[in-house]
Amino acid sequence: MATPIIEVRGLGKEYREQDVTTVGLASVDLTIKEGEFVAIVGPSGSGKSTLLQILGCLDRPTKGTYRLAGKNLTSFSDGELAQVRNEMLGFVFQAFNLMPRQSVLENVKMPLIYAGVPEPVRTQRAQAMVDLVGLTNRSDFAAAKLSGGQKQRVAIARALVNSPRVIFADEPTGSLDSRSGEVIMRFLQDLNDQGNTIVLVTHESYVAMAAKRMVSIRDGMIEEDRVIDKRRIIAEQGFEK
Amino acid sequence: MLLHDTLSMALRGLSTHKSRSFLTILGIVIGISSITLVTSIGQSAEGLILGEVQGLGAQNVFVIPGREPSGPNGFGFTILDDSLKERDLEALRKKSNVPDATRVVPFVFGPAVASYGSEAFTATVLGGTDALVPLYNLDLSAGMMFDDYDVRERSQIAVIGKDVAKELFGSSTAIGEKIKLKDSSVRVIGVLGDKGQSPFVDFDDAIVMPYTTAQTYILGFSYIQRIAVTASSPETMDAVVKDIEATLRDMHNITDPEKDDFFVQTPTEIADTFSTITSVLTLLLASVAGISLVVGGVGIMNIMLVSVTERTREIGLRKALGAKNNDILLQFLTEAVILTVAGGILGIAIGLSLSYFAAFAARTFAGIAMPFILPVSGMVMGVLVSAGIGLIFGLFPARQAALKSPMEALRYE
Repeated sequence: MATPIIEVRGLGKEYREQDVTTVGLASVDLTIKEGEFVAIVGPSGSGKSTLLQILGCLDRPTKGTYRLAGKNLTSFSDGELAQVRNEMLGFVFQAFNLMPRQSVLENVKMPLIYAGVPEPVRTQRAQAMVDLVGLTNRSDFAAAKLSGGQKQRVAIARALVNSPRVIFADEPTGSLDSRSGEVIMRFLQDLNDQGNTIVLVTHESYVAMAAKRMVSIRDGMIEEDRVIDKRRIIAEQGFEK
Repeated sequence: MLLHDTLSMALRGLSTHKSRSFLTILGIVIGISSITLVTSIGQSAEGLILGEVQGLGAQNVFVIPGREPSGPNGFGFTILDDSLKERDLEALRKKSNVPDATRVVPFVFGPAVASYGSEAFTATVLGGTDALVPLYNLDLSAGMMFDDYDVRERSQIAVIGKDVAKELFGSSTAIGEKIKLKDSSVRVIGVLGDKGQSPFVDFDDAIVMPYTTAQTYILGFSYIQRIAVTASSPETMDAVVKDIEATLRDMHNITDPEKDDFFVQTPTEIADTFSTITSVLTLLLASVAGISLVVGGVGIMNIMLVSVTERTREIGLRKALGAKNNDILLQFLTEAVILTVAGGILGIAIGLSLSYFAAFAARTFAGIAMPFILPVSGMVMGVLVSAGIGLIFGLFPARQAALKSPMEALRYE
């Protein structure tokens, strides 16, 4: 069996604002193995986004331990966490989060800049990812000029460019029409089939059914953790070129 | 992260808001241009004065009565001091005393009202010998200069400056006419050509006459106020100064050089004095202009803070993709420094243009031979100072940006 890539034990997050303490995450134990495609689902306010942010090293837990690829991240500094995000993680956000005035290629290059990858390797690797998501002839387009589906493909290319160990997708279809959303999910499935570990957060069970495992969160706790028996295989539609 | 990336990232960030970036740096542009203008004009003025002093000849030294001024109060005394006498002049003229001196010229001077008919003019009476002509490169537009005979005989004759002639005689001939000076009358034997302000003397406003005449009839004293000594070459100048000091100490029975009742001023010293004055003035004006730089810096800080808030999502994204706090800090700091350095360079260009125009105007309209000097050190300083302002005033906003949490930054709407 594959080795665990993510292991959290007793993970909790409390937000303290003045005297009011809000529990974002009560206590979560979760193990994700390499090559899994996990959907974290739950209603809004359940803590699923908080969990994703902690797993993605964008936020720190207030209790519990987090091991990523065997490394205990609890005591990591901000700079070390930035390096972990840069070298081991890829992100796809609901709002795409592209630099609107920069070209597709430049957006994809950005993680490589912070990794200190020099030219021309940087361009080669970024171009390979742009090709992979089918936007070869859009390389020089400003990101703002793309359609929503194309933007999210750029975001996926950017998430993949540093060959991450885990890809986090936070409501990746949330800003897309259903057809574009299907294309993106199909692409994530393809990536998973090639061995990439994917952690997806969504509040739509329809989207979650594309994953192989579903973790339901409610009130900051895991309510249900099950393998998806009848996985929704999304038909090959192909990227519009 | 590579330096090249930091730079191109910062430039891209700035180019997103071109007109805002330009407005932001206006304060710096104004500050740096006024500093450049002030220092450039200051240097030009200094150059003008140095030129004048050198125009006097690098081989000339001045013997001045009294103690060497050590503070601002010292100057008044030197004029009134009467330690230099006729016999000192004679001693200095002796070849055996100062062998390398080629010319020894006594000076006396003072203001006096000159009148002719109903016209009156306050002129500077300058008493000397005919050696004033080679000393100051004087040209006579009419008549002739007095000579040694007139000095010995205290002839009541004078050579008048261009403006004196114009004021008293208008367009009619001055030569041969008698003008009234104090209670005496002197005959005009020559008129000076256009000379303008020379070091210490404006010959256009001067009435030049034998120093003996000036002493006896106009000024009413028998001492000498300055003695100009010309050395045979710049190399012998030090020897001349030493010989003058030895001779005069001997004449005045002085053994302790601390108790000298005269001092010898070299062109270098004169130049130094003027340089000090112009430098202090320049510094004063430049520091006033410097205040506008601080104002400009606060403007930069203000806009940078707005920019950091606006770009919270960008900062969050960059952090999510692996930017460290220092990468973000450096990016915003670089933006601030690029802004201020651009403002500085623009300011220097504007300041230099203005100062070039000022020098040009001084030459064309005021007849002052003011040179335009490229203030290289001032330019380098200007760039460094503007970069420093970017660093100082950009640091706070850049830190604000760097310390944003990646998650909060991403959530920010």
